[in-house]
Amino acid sequence: MHSDKSSWLIKGLALAGICFLYFPILIILIYAFNTEESAFSFPPKGFTVEWFFKAAERDDIFQAIGFSLQIAAISTLIALLLGSLAALALYRNNFPGKNVFTLILILPIALPGIVTGLSLLSTFKSAGITPGMATITIGHATFCVVIVYNNVVARLRRISFNIVEASYDLGATALQTFWHVILPNLGASLFAGGLLAFALSFDELIVTIFTAGHEPTLPLWLLNQLSRPRDVPITNVVALLVMLLTMLPVLLSYWLTKDR
Amino acid sequence: MMPATAKNRAIASKSGALFNRPRLKLLLLLGLPAVWFLVIYIYPLLHLLSQSFYTFDDFTMTVVREFSLDNIRNLFSPANADIIIRTAAMALAVSVFSAIIAFPVAYYMTRHASGKMQAFLYISVILPMWTSYIVKAYSWTLILSQEGVAYWIIDALGLTGVLNAFLDIPSIGGNTLSTSNLGRFLVFTYIWLPFMILPIQAALQRLSESLLDASSDLGARPFQTFRHVILPLCIPGVIAGSIFTFSLTLGDYIIPQLVGPPGLFIGNMVYVQQGSIGNMPMAAAFTLVPILIIAVYLYFAKRAGAFDAL
Amino acid sequence: MSVIFENVKRHFGDVKAVDDVSITVKEGEFFSMLGPSGSGKTTCLRLMAGFEQPTSGTIYINGEDATWLPPFKRNVNTVFQDYALFPHMTIEDNVGYGLMVKGVRRKDRAIRVKDALKLVDLAHVANRRPNQLSGGQQQRVALARALVNQPKVLLLDEPLGALDLKLREQMQGELKALQKQLGITFVFVTHDQGEALSMSDRIAVFNQGRIEQVSTPETLYESPKTRFVADFMGTANIIDNTLLPDLIDGPQVFALRPEKIRLNSDQGDMTLQGQVSEIFYQGAVTKIEIRLPNHRTVLVQPPYAFDRSSLGGQPVSISWDRADMVRLEEPAT
Repeated sequence: MHSDKSSWLIKGLALAGICFLYFPILIILIYAFNTEESAFSFPPKGFTVEWFFKAAERDDIFQAIGFSLQIAAISTLIALLLGSLAALALYRNNFPGKNVFTLILILPIALPGIVTGLSLLSTFKSAGITPGMATITIGHATFCVVIVYNNVVARLRRISFNIVEASYDLGATALQTFWHVILPNLGASLFAGGLLAFALSFDELIVTIFTAGHEPTLPLWLLNQLSRPRDVPITNVVALLVMLLTMLPVLLSYWLTKDR
Repeated sequence: MMPATAKNRAIASKSGALFNRPRLKLLLLLGLPAVWFLVIYIYPLLHLLSQSFYTFDDFTMTVVREFSLDNIRNLFSPANADIIIRTAAMALAVSVFSAIIAFPVAYYMTRHASGKMQAFLYISVILPMWTSYIVKAYSWTLILSQEGVAYWIIDALGLTGVLNAFLDIPSIGGNTLSTSNLGRFLVFTYIWLPFMILPIQAALQRLSESLLDASSDLGARPFQTFRHVILPLCIPGVIAGSIFTFSLTLGDYIIPQLVGPPGLFIGNMVYVQQGSIGNMPMAAAFTLVPILIIAVYLYFAKRAGAFDAL
Repeated sequence: MSVIFENVKRHFGDVKAVDDVSITVKEGEFFSMLGPSGSGKTTCLRLMAGFEQPTSGTIYINGEDATWLPPFKRNVNTVFQDYALFPHMTIEDNVGYGLMVKGVRRKDRAIRVKDALKLVDLAHVANRRPNQLSGGQQQRVALARALVNQPKVLLLDEPLGALDLKLREQMQGELKALQKQLGITFVFVTHDQGEALSMSDRIAVFNQGRIEQVSTPETLYESPKTRFVADFMGTANIIDNTLLPDLIDGPQVFALRPEKIRLNSDQGDMTLQGQVSEIFYQGAVTKIEIRLPNHRTVLVQPPYAFDRSSLGGQPVSISWDRADMVRLEEPAT
């Protein structure tokens, strides 16, 4: 029904939009192999992989990666537990305050990160808690809950409640029904939600700045690098690695839930 | 009555069934997440908001637990109001512009692309969305720098004059791309764009094919169908997306540090107040601004009936 | 002639949704397209509306070649199966949509919308939104929205499918009355043979993308041409020489309606002996399954009430007139 002209216009604009999305990613990829030591000049002067080896010698990078991985893993586990509990609690249940509860779950990502970050900071401060891995993890887990929750709720909506009733009808108790019927059906969505939560935590910066102690997470390390012009090649290499590391769980998560 | 109920209860608990105990079941499920959010999120949030009514003693540089509206009043001082307006104007510009870029992408994804292409485009949007924020921001500092790609492309296209004309416009331009509001605007738009594409795409996906058939059947030409059916029905998507772009821009303090002219954003002000100055009450007062703006925005969006069609 | 299909085909890849269909819909008639799901009837309707274009063949609407005319240039309107009311517009705006996009002035539009809503008895809901109406009301709005454009042909795609039985029967009557009152051509798609029989002037029976038979309801029921039509339009005993080797010779196949067979009677010119094997009580009628000595069964539907309890397992005789058997066109399989 669309005339060819408007069809081509839409297609052109859409592809231009997609190219826009990938342009900075491409730039990171190119600069990681740049031979130049400090300048940002374009086009690059030559091709080298030497910065990858230089980066491999830096202990601070691996410490930051390890730190970020630990935080992401723990906060993902907490988010998985809390997110799926919340999803199951709200599934086909009506209780006073249900809407408020869903709103609260969404708030940590709906409100700007500085709000979450600063409220945690001010509370930790007044409670005399030293910022460090635990405080970062607590913050991350809180805004990751909604990611898991969303994935599980989306899956629950597509499961026909009939199969739960069928399980009761065939004599299973509530726990048996959960274990044998609901959980197997949630498996993929839990895993997918967990991966996204992991990616989000691994990458988070805004809340982290407020809750971190002296040890930097990987994004914090990168942010600090930006004020060190002499380290630019190393920064470029790490930026490329971080980018690839966050893409992986996202792709995997998509693949797990692509039947939607 | 009572004995019979008690007996039923006994039978129920004997068989291990939570089936007849919906409240217990709800409590077991809801308890942990509810406690977590109360302790880790709601209490700190209220704690923060209450701080905005405390007093900060400028001489001793300490917080005094004394109720005052000074911080709130302070928000309207010329310097602070300037910061708020600067941030909100940027958030608005970013939301509008990303909606304009997002629409054709979302439209093409849902209405033109088929099967595999649709899946490919979907991944193409979610990947950059999830890709490291700081890496994306860093990449733009490389792009916009004076010997970087942007200048190289503009030079190659012979558009240096056009760029300089743009940079000469007050309040948009600046000395260079990376120190101009234009540059900052580009980076914001880029980083939040996927958050606009996906809700619009979801709204378009919900649009039933038979509505478009009906419109055409009733005599509407393609453009009329677009104007009267497609566009109004994807408004909820645009609003959902703009809540993200607006909120995220309002709260950001990294990008204003990396790109753009001097002059603080709300986020920077919060960071500076609580950090180097230690004035937590003023920092808290500043966080009220994005919270209020978003609350008002949601209220009007709802009143305008933006969510009715959903 | 309102709508003419000439050798129209619509293929989706290997699927022949419409396979060489020729139809002539006469002006002012109530024409039904009847068939099971996937038989091509809805695709034919979409071809008439212009949502689909044929792979080959020609479509004429009001004497004009409309094969490649887009929907918005055809003077036909559609009532959709899911009603397709615009959720973001009031009922008034929904009904006025067709006039609005054609540039009819607001004042004239309001009058015509009001008249259309009056026609379907819904003037009082003009300012509501579709989701505030019941299914039956939405159905009438969809009707008013189509009719306000004064189409030459109204296309209806299973418009009563989502309504419950009582409401459906009521709407059948109203639709039929409306069609008579307005005198415009209705093309009605349905899979419900009872609905088609009771409303239509003529019916086209679709099967696997082809038309099996086009005729009046009486002819379709009394003289089906094919086994499919005989079976789809109510119940039919298919009689061939595997059922009755002594009485039917060669490849001839016949259809015989259960109500044409008499029970415990030998007045007809065909008589058989059998045993009652099942009794299907259906309220207004009762069908009795008779098992013949060769283990094949025949359904009988006596036109009168009788005592069921006396029949079970009893040997009975059945008989019918040879003239009541309808010769079908296809050879025995």
